[in-house]
Amino acid sequence: MNKAVKLVLMLTAVATVAGCQTAPQSLYQWESYQPQVYEYFKGEPKEAQVEALERDLQKINASGRKAPPGYHAHLGMLYLSMGKDDQMVQQFRTEKVLFPESAAYMDFLLKNAKTGDVK
Amino acid sequence: MSFLKMTGALLALALLGGCVAPKTIDYSAFKQARPKSILVLPPINESPEVQASYALVSQVTYPLAEAGYYVLPIALVDETFRQNGLTTPNDIQGVAPGKLHDIFGADAALYITITEYGTRYMVISSETAVTASAKLVDLRTGTTLWTGSARASSEEGGNNGGGGLVGMLITAAVKQIINSSTDAGYPIAGITSTRLLSAGQRTGILYGPRSPKYGSD
Repeated sequence: MNKAVKLVLMLTAVATVAGCQTAPQSLYQWESYQPQVYEYFKGEPKEAQVEALERDLQKINASGRKAPPGYHAHLGMLYLSMGKDDQMVQQFRTEKVLFPESAAYMDFLLKNAKTGDVK
Repeated sequence: MSFLKMTGALLALALLGGCVAPKTIDYSAFKQARPKSILVLPPINESPEVQASYALVSQVTYPLAEAGYYVLPIALVDETFRQNGLTTPNDIQGVAPGKLHDIFGADAALYITITEYGTRYMVISSETAVTASAKLVDLRTGTTLWTGSARASSEEGGNNGGGGLVGMLITAAVKQIINSSTDAGYPIAGITSTRLLSAGQRTGILYGPRSPKYGSD
């Protein structure tokens, strides 16, 4: 085997190995969901949290990727605490459409919201 | 002589056994249950730091969701417990699995205990570390499907070579964050969470139905 062929083979091998090592794409586009959950727990102002989550949602929608599990439900909870009930209902329904696994819990929350004692 | 030989052989065996002995977990219950959704309960905090529970639980969605599970919204779940008069992790983790299933409709629940969280100040350096253990329970049957534990520390890779390049990079990144944060445990808790709850590791949780790798382990 001449040297040129050996070199090409070696480079191909290197490229293949490097190709294998690239990180697989994540299932969801996370943006600031987890830090915002922490902000909520710390009792930081809710307006700022809603603002950040709405802004991030635009980014996620623009990229055509998916928001992580809980994102829409969390936003819905923030809307509720600000008295924006219609928007809450919309977010809980979106969560249910994107993740049918959430159906039982979202229905429970929506039912309680109608009777007025949900949070 | 034969005694010596035998001792030697036994020693060799013991050494080999020590190196090889793989930590294996029985995954049969997990595989049979095939959970799709996980309800993460507020962690029991055995450390003196009050923020430990929220700092960790706010970061568990990432590894579990990327492993292929639906993770119920963490803060909303916490509110639902509060609305029902359950405010402490101990009380919440004591609720019967069947009742949790009725309310949340989740297939499984994750019970977390934090045993270490915070910074120890030493003469030359300080170490921030977070240790947690977790148990995944089938909410229909009450069966334990998986248990695990993990630790992360700001001092990793500093004086041992174990972490390698990636470990060093993580350590560097973590130290930078710590310098600009009042809660030094928060980024470490994120690493602990990822180590504890990512799929695709030996003795880790299995991939869930939303992952392309579901069923490969």
